[in-house]
Amino acid sequence: MDFELLLVILVDGLVYSSYLFLVAVGLTVIFGVQKVLNVTHGSFYAFGAYFAAYLIGLWSRGGLPDWGGFLLILGSAIVLGIVLGVIIERGLLKYLYDRDEHIVVLATFAAFLVLEDVILLIWGTNPYLAFQPLALLGNSEIAGLVFDNYALTMIALTFIVAFILWYGLNRTQFGKVLLAVIFDREISMAMGINVTKVFLITFMIGTFLGALGGAYHAPIISVQPGIGVEVIVLAFAVVVIGGMGSIPGALIGSIIVGISRAAAVHMYPELELFVIYAIMAFVLVIRPEGLFAPIKARKI
Amino acid sequence: MTRVLEVHDLEKNFGGVVAAHNINVTVDVGENIGIIGANGAGKTTFVNMVTGYLPPSSGRIEFMGKNVVGLHPRDVTKLGLCRSFQVPQVFLSETVFDNMLVAYGIAERSGWGLFTPLHTDDREARVDAQLKRYQISEYRDVAASALPQGVRKLLDIAMATVRNPKLVMLDEPTSGISVEEKFDLMDIIMLALKEEDTTVMFIEHDMEIVERFVNRVWAFYQGEIICDATTAEAMKDEKVREFVIGQEYHPGHVEGGAHA
Amino acid sequence: MNQLLDKTFWGLTIGLVALFALNFVLEEWMRSIGLQSLSRGCVAIGLLILWRTGLVSFGHALFFGFGAYTVAMLQIAGVNDIFVLLIGGTATAGLLAFFLGFLLRQYRAIFFALLNMAFSMILYGVLAKVEALGSTDGIGVSHVSFLGYVPADEDYRPTLYVFAICFAYIAAVLSHWYLKSTLGMMTMAVRENEIRVEYLGYSAERAIHAKYVISGVLAGVGGVIMAVTVGHVDPDSMVYWPVSGDFVFITILSGTGNVGATFIGALVYELLRTYAFEFAPEIWQLILGGSLLLIIMFLPDGLWSIRSEWRNRRRMAAAARGETQAAE
Repeated sequence: MDFELLLVILVDGLVYSSYLFLVAVGLTVIFGVQKVLNVTHGSFYAFGAYFAAYLIGLWSRGGLPDWGGFLLILGSAIVLGIVLGVIIERGLLKYLYDRDEHIVVLATFAAFLVLEDVILLIWGTNPYLAFQPLALLGNSEIAGLVFDNYALTMIALTFIVAFILWYGLNRTQFGKVLLAVIFDREISMAMGINVTKVFLITFMIGTFLGALGGAYHAPIISVQPGIGVEVIVLAFAVVVIGGMGSIPGALIGSIIVGISRAAAVHMYPELELFVIYAIMAFVLVIRPEGLFAPIKARKI
Repeated sequence: MTRVLEVHDLEKNFGGVVAAHNINVTVDVGENIGIIGANGAGKTTFVNMVTGYLPPSSGRIEFMGKNVVGLHPRDVTKLGLCRSFQVPQVFLSETVFDNMLVAYGIAERSGWGLFTPLHTDDREARVDAQLKRYQISEYRDVAASALPQGVRKLLDIAMATVRNPKLVMLDEPTSGISVEEKFDLMDIIMLALKEEDTTVMFIEHDMEIVERFVNRVWAFYQGEIICDATTAEAMKDEKVREFVIGQEYHPGHVEGGAHA
Repeated sequence: MNQLLDKTFWGLTIGLVALFALNFVLEEWMRSIGLQSLSRGCVAIGLLILWRTGLVSFGHALFFGFGAYTVAMLQIAGVNDIFVLLIGGTATAGLLAFFLGFLLRQYRAIFFALLNMAFSMILYGVLAKVEALGSTDGIGVSHVSFLGYVPADEDYRPTLYVFAICFAYIAAVLSHWYLKSTLGMMTMAVRENEIRVEYLGYSAERAIHAKYVISGVLAGVGGVIMAVTVGHVDPDSMVYWPVSGDFVFITILSGTGNVGATFIGALVYELLRTYAFEFAPEIWQLILGGSLLLIIMFLPDGLWSIRSEWRNRRRMAAAARGETQAAE
């Protein structure tokens, strides 16, 4: 295998990993805290992509400077995190926490279907191309190959977000509260933790991350219907592989999935999807809780 | 064949914890045996091993002359060794009648039977007979989740004994039952079991129950059997008094009720 | 024997006769809806059996698609008879379920659901990317013959319809009888208390394995019917994960009370989809998703529970009026 191919696979793989991580980490946190496998996350990603692409389009048509696109990306993710997060968590999930876990997944699947069409209603079926931030950053040459700097910043963003999350979870008061709720909801409630508030805030953070994944990814893809459907099942694979509820797991899982996918695309394109789900099945078989499952005490 | 159960050198270790050590006992047909001991002494572990739920670390267990180590609980059940549970294991969403129906359905299965209905008139008669035997007929159409604890225990035992087993092991049959009702409950259970001359072993913390219903006692302490004797002898045994029932217990009295 | 010829049996039989009679007056688009409902209804019966066992699969499109693609493959190999195609499709799906079952029977709850989904996505990944299997364009399915009989063009669809309702009827009746047998009741027992099942003398895992195979076979039947009805097989409409989601949707919609209810649920689903698409093509997913949400929130036991709800109301009203009630 020559070095060029290796480098391409590595960079491409890490770029895949980056947006996957953003989506998957939101998913895994929501699962860890609320024990909900949130299919709606796919549309959070899609919403993020559409909203950001739309705003960037408006912005640049208004003749405003291109670097503003980055602010719009962040801003749109925050807005969506709050708005969609509140709507879904308070408007739907709140009523379903005591139901069978499969029903909850189905409800989030239903919400996903609804939101997919809401996107179509708002933005239509034509693709959006918001390439301005991409073009702004130019490209670099590494070892004789040309890479978009924007794609490289995506990789950097992943690690930044991972670090912020790690810090937030382990070094802040709210993080400790989250860990308590992840460990045991009932005991946390008995300890006086406002679990309802925790659920809402966690969900909003998760939504924000999913939307950020889509928003930041928008400049390098063609934002069109169906991107949510594809991403959510990939995110599921990442979460399963890394461990449902584990943030380091989401990081490792997305890197595994991203690089495997890149390797397949560049060497055996027919295996592109097969390899991801084969790994998912493999992990489920040998270690159903995932590679980095959070330690759970056995309750008698 | 009078020897129902033979246990030789039974051992069980969980890492560093010794749950069973040097267990050597035999049981003959028709005996009633009480298993006593503090919580954690190894009584339920013993039952779990004999019934196949837990594999022993070493040792032999022979039921009716046949080695049962390594068999699943379902195979041990089919050989004629059944047990009841400390927390009754029933189908909570179903009625008492349906619970028994399923028990008989499984017991009477033969071959593929892909379409032989579960609910037949014959089977219904057998279910009703069993309910009557355990005196829970009035709860026939009540959901198991709505039953009082005592009735649920009886249902658990009734389900365990549909195959007329040779040996029945009851795990704390009267736990959770009020003092006034304990004796009545045991009366019903022992009457039903003795109809078929079943050999009975039960784990119990209430010494009065033990005294009244069994003629032989095994006392467990830290995974070992420290006494295997008649009830009268066991109640007076020094080690039993020290480790299980307390020095204040006087056989036949109702004094303060020194329980392990 | 009268145990078997109960209300549900007669209900299904009447349904069969009614559908058969309708064949003479149905317009083609109605027949299409009917055929697709029969196809999905079969899959849903399998999911009903698993649901009663306490298990949900998010990947049954695996077996559905397997059955459908087997039809296409067999046709490429020159086989065109509907019976051979049906046996082929269900046999391959069943065999797949048999082998995967050894693995799947050890899992419960969300892991069972996700492992199924993983396998269905593996199949999707293979079908979508491999040119020889049609890739995302899929493969066409041409007209079939019926034990040598090749109908005239205008008779093809009605003939297909008759065969489909017969296959579905047999699947439904056999499933119903199965659920009433001891083995069928094991679904409840395994769901409620596996330890008790083991101690009563039966292997819970074996029970799950058997039900899994049955659900695979039923999904295969559905796949065969759909492939022949639509005349085309492709990964996106038959194996992709939302297809599995829709099957579970239908199961919830119908409720798990009765085998016949799944066909009603499948029909409602099909009508929803078709009319939503027809009159509001931009929001048909919204309507579908919204309906699922309404069912989950307000009718958790599915459409079938409306029937028992209604009977309960009548009974309570009669009791309130002081009438004595005969046993149901």
